[in-house]
Amino acid sequence: MSTNHNFFAPFADDDRADAAEKVTGRAKFTAEHAIPNLGYGLFVCSTIAKGTVSKIDESDALKSPGVLDVISFQNCPAVPGYSPAKGGFEWWGLKTLYDNKVRFFGQPVALVVADSFENATAALKLVHVNYDKEAHETDFEKNRKIETALKPAGNYKRGIEKAYKTAPVFIEAEYKTPIEVHSPMEMHSTIAIWDGDDKLTVYDKTQGPKSTQNTLAKTFNIPQKNVRVITEYVGGAFGNGLRSWLHVPAACIAAKKLKRPVKVLLTRPQMFSLVGYRPQSWQKIGIGADKTGKFIGISHSAISNSSRYEDFREGIVDVSKFLYACENVDTDYKTLPLDLSTPTWMRGPGEVTGCYALESAIDELSYQLKMDPIELRIKNFTAINPENKLPWSAKNLLDCYEAGKTKIGWKNRSATPGKIKENGWLIGYGMGGGVFGAGKGSASVRLILKDDGTIVLQSAVSDMGPGTSTSMVKVAAETMQMPIHKIKFSLGDTDYPPGPSQGGSGTTSSLGSAVNLVCETLKQGLKELAIQQATAFKNLAVADLDVKNEIIFSTKDANTKIGVTELLKLSGKPLIEITKDSGGATPEMRKYAINSFSVHFVKVAVHAKTGEVKMLQVVTTGDAGKIISENTARSQMLGGVVGGIGMALKEELLINHETGEIANASFGTYHLPLHTDIPNIEVWFVNKPDPIVNAIGAKGVGEISLIGFAAAVTNAVYNATGKRVRDLPITAEKLGFKKG
Amino acid sequence: MEACKHADGRRGFLKKSTAIAALYLAPSFLTKSFAYDKLVPSPVEKEKLQIIINGKSYELMVDIRMSLLDLLREQVGLTGSKKGCDMGQCGACIVLVNGKRVNGCMTLAVDNGSNKITTIEGLATPEKLHPVQEAFISHDAMQCGYCTPGQIMSAVACIREGHANTREEIKAYMEGNICRCGSYQNIVDAILDVKKSGKPV
Repeated sequence: MSTNHNFFAPFADDDRADAAEKVTGRAKFTAEHAIPNLGYGLFVCSTIAKGTVSKIDESDALKSPGVLDVISFQNCPAVPGYSPAKGGFEWWGLKTLYDNKVRFFGQPVALVVADSFENATAALKLVHVNYDKEAHETDFEKNRKIETALKPAGNYKRGIEKAYKTAPVFIEAEYKTPIEVHSPMEMHSTIAIWDGDDKLTVYDKTQGPKSTQNTLAKTFNIPQKNVRVITEYVGGAFGNGLRSWLHVPAACIAAKKLKRPVKVLLTRPQMFSLVGYRPQSWQKIGIGADKTGKFIGISHSAISNSSRYEDFREGIVDVSKFLYACENVDTDYKTLPLDLSTPTWMRGPGEVTGCYALESAIDELSYQLKMDPIELRIKNFTAINPENKLPWSAKNLLDCYEAGKTKIGWKNRSATPGKIKENGWLIGYGMGGGVFGAGKGSASVRLILKDDGTIVLQSAVSDMGPGTSTSMVKVAAETMQMPIHKIKFSLGDTDYPPGPSQGGSGTTSSLGSAVNLVCETLKQGLKELAIQQATAFKNLAVADLDVKNEIIFSTKDANTKIGVTELLKLSGKPLIEITKDSGGATPEMRKYAINSFSVHFVKVAVHAKTGEVKMLQVVTTGDAGKIISENTARSQMLGGVVGGIGMALKEELLINHETGEIANASFGTYHLPLHTDIPNIEVWFVNKPDPIVNAIGAKGVGEISLIGFAAAVTNAVYNATGKRVRDLPITAEKLGFKKG
Repeated sequence: MEACKHADGRRGFLKKSTAIAALYLAPSFLTKSFAYDKLVPSPVEKEKLQIIINGKSYELMVDIRMSLLDLLREQVGLTGSKKGCDMGQCGACIVLVNGKRVNGCMTLAVDNGSNKITTIEGLATPEKLHPVQEAFISHDAMQCGYCTPGQIMSAVACIREGHANTREEIKAYMEGNICRCGSYQNIVDAILDVKKSGKPV
């Protein structure tokens, strides 16, 4: 490849560090590693939603060409983590191939392993499975109304309960969201390779290589250092790579049993049920204010579904406790177990669902009050978190309102809905806000300074797309005051120092802090080394020195200087290696509330005759401290907006409740946002460092880019039409237009 | 999107191959009602395939059930073309077959005898990236990078076909390429940029 790209090299300083690998097809994703003698594993999945497998007849499949094995509960070798000794580690979630219970439609009941993908595929239908069927329940809407079916998942009260009802102006409304599925473009897969009985190498699509390593070491009861997990590139995940799903141990079990490497692949339909999803939800919000718009009370109830075998919960009602000033707040959260697979965190988990309802309700209240919805939010702005009474480390929401308002052309909005009509389309404006926690977790980074002056940084994290290498290289370049193209960030291998799972918008803060710290340590070390080794520096103190452009120099005398490579040569060191950990939250951080914020503004058109909703323009604003890489942060914001358009207008998983089967498990029927759904999107950042969160002043944008967006759309559609849809996604039918 | 002309596609083939298997095994089953899934396939046929991939000629023995995409990824070792759905719904596998964009997952490898295939690996020269690849970098038209090869191959064809004159036209002719990370705006910017530059694609 081009010599331009040999040393890690983007074209411009802010280009994505791994862009050249991605545009040339050289980037290797999990299933793409060439492994000799590989077995291909595919799942046979249940065709009932609940019951037991009475018998699996694999004899025909075993006769099929190239089939190596059919593994099921009938012949699965013992797995330590599946049936642990008392107090031992027990596999979290469904134990695949372990027992004959069927807990949801499409649950794997057997794994066919063959010598090619074609041979494995052909044999799937030759595995004959007999079931004893039991009655199942998959209908959320029906069952959420049955109080005994629900599990309490926490409640909260501050001040007077249901105080909103005493307010001069109040609204109460119910909001519904369907199941949404992460649907990353890369399908999940795992390649397992055993070396003897206790050494395991795994290529896995995961947001946390260390998490996979830890889980597998415990599951197979082998030392953690004997498990190596490699995740060079991740083709999107959005939360579904935060835990090891059942194909991960399945690959390890099969590889161990067959004594050869096995790659287990999920198919696209299986991606709709085997790697989690955003749960379905019902919410009710009551919100009341005095005549000036000051909130008097907020009550927020929510129910979301889980599986029968795990109780998945997320922070749906949490935003109502602290986003706005309000003395009286009560929340109530329950989960509804159904005969479905377990949901999981999906981009902006909980907050996305909660902010959709809260930000819609505030919009509804604004019309009751005859008040501008932005003014209403400003009226209830608070710099002190009302839940924990801590001051926010930084909260520049007012700047976001101002910037967004100007850029979207808010002055053209009609305060009365349904008033603007252009060429047969009704035009409306809407906005909605989001918030997500920010902090700093533990992350370790190893720095290697080579004798040619280049720096390699290593951490066992993975990057599902936000551009971790890009921003980490930028942090290092800024700390070292040296060119970006001489620094490389390596990730995706558990042989590197432990890094966190990529999730919850925490990578830039945690990992960035470690990169900053390890670079500062290197600078200190170089200064000390210069004093020890270079005669010109002999009488200087560390405080007199600085490092810039790979030169250590005296701040007092510009002529006293030495190049980094020269210093290494002089001291006889082939390289310098340092490892540092960011540490967790500091005592100083605990004195503050720390969050990222966003406000989204949209302009929509709704066709007056058909009800078609068209996005016309989006302005999305983010308050996430200092923006390390504007290029990749902007892309993340664009991505959140696109996800939000999907949530508002397109995405909905449908279940045939008679069978319990997912009815639209394909991209042809589960509608993702496409090129033509996307209007012009403008991204704006406050871009002011947060003085508390970490040394680099940066917080994450992955979640806030999506949180609150769906409400901006529903609010704009209301502004355009005067019709309020409280059940996502918005469709022409729900807007009262007839089909066809 | 151009359908592959000389093949009735993988779905058609799968139906046909099941029927062939049924005939082959017919005697023991004709008298009874039988289920397709009871049939054990006959030993797998392999066919000789001559194919030109990125200008290089290959002569391969190929499983007749193998898609062009799996041939590239699993047999030839060119993993740049991506499998995103394996049903022709996402565009991650788009390659150029005799210059036209085709979903690699929807055409059988053996139906591509003598065809000239261009994959993402064949777009750049050793000295220089293709203008569309360069524009994808400068516009950050990717995040995770998994749909990127398909987007780029589709974009090259979109420009060559003369369908890259306006944003709306580009969107319409790129509709078959899904990007879940949501880089659509940057992708359109990149394509428009190349088109406006007049650089040969």
